[in-house]
Amino acid sequence: MHVPDGFLDAPTSVATGVVAAAAVGVALVKARKELDDRTAPMAGLVAAFVFAVQMLNFPVGAGTSGHLMGGALAAVLVGPWTGLLCLSVVFIVQCLLFADGGITALGTNITLMGITTVAVGWLVFKGLQLVMPKRLSLTAIQAGIGAFVSVPVASLLFVLLYAAGGTADIPLDTLATAMVGVHVLIGIGEGIITFLAVGAILAVRPDLVYGARPILARRELEIRSTATKTTGASA
Amino acid sequence: MKNVPTKWVLVGVGVAALVLAGIVSFYASGSPDGLTKVSEDKGFADTETAHGSKDSPFAGYATKDVGNERLSGGLAGVVGVVVVLALGAGLVYVVRRRTPASDRSTDREHEPVD
Repeated sequence: MHVPDGFLDAPTSVATGVVAAAAVGVALVKARKELDDRTAPMAGLVAAFVFAVQMLNFPVGAGTSGHLMGGALAAVLVGPWTGLLCLSVVFIVQCLLFADGGITALGTNITLMGITTVAVGWLVFKGLQLVMPKRLSLTAIQAGIGAFVSVPVASLLFVLLYAAGGTADIPLDTLATAMVGVHVLIGIGEGIITFLAVGAILAVRPDLVYGARPILARRELEIRSTATKTTGASA
Repeated sequence: MKNVPTKWVLVGVGVAALVLAGIVSFYASGSPDGLTKVSEDKGFADTETAHGSKDSPFAGYATKDVGNERLSGGLAGVVGVVVVLALGAGLVYVVRRRTPASDRSTDREHEPVD
């Protein structure tokens, strides 16, 4: 969904640029707390992995393709603020080195595919983690659902931006229907890729999945309290 | 399967990124993506203006002056992975370095409480 130069007018592009810069600024501060000895080495590799998977366009219906955005994936693996920094690096490199996503649209692309997919993906993930049984095996599914939801939301936000500053006069209802329709399909791909990637790390080293830590901590507590009870009973 | 050394996990993710960008990307769909297709269907594709980086040696995920499509795209992918990894890791290093020692308490929260 890389927005090229020219789709949105200058005021809208400046506005999204300000939003993106502010969010990245906050992330630079907030990411410090997420970056410990386990997430720090992962972060750069997660960025590189997201870049690689974004090259893999998969077909969605006739003559259309889509690719991973990666917000939910990065947020669950290394934390939402660090995840936003990872994705921002990806979009900046894609824009400057690969001419993918307009230079004046860089703020728009960071806002849509970075901030939005990280925020929606992470919030849906955390919400599901809160209401569902506290099982480690559910973490990858929750990440996949968060990823699935984040893509159509990002496409809807594009329509809102287009309503504010689109350079052509396109009926918004048809634009919304077309954008959300195709991005629900792309979202399914996003969900599957996120499920597989998070599931793979979870299978070998669950402690390296940032979003799985509350579940792991809880499990340790349960084991510890059971141990205490047993000791108490035998004494 | 548990207790795979961190180093191996990191190497695994890195190798996966290189293989996906360098080799698998050749088999990716060449159809326009969701937004591009919608812009074509709804008639605003022509509002796109020339890209400021169109003369980059890797513009469009193809390496300039490399004729072989497989090699050209694969090389661009590998360069992208390396550049993103370097910038990402560098950024993390800078962000962590600025952290005052008193803020590092989060590193200790996984140690036994008692």
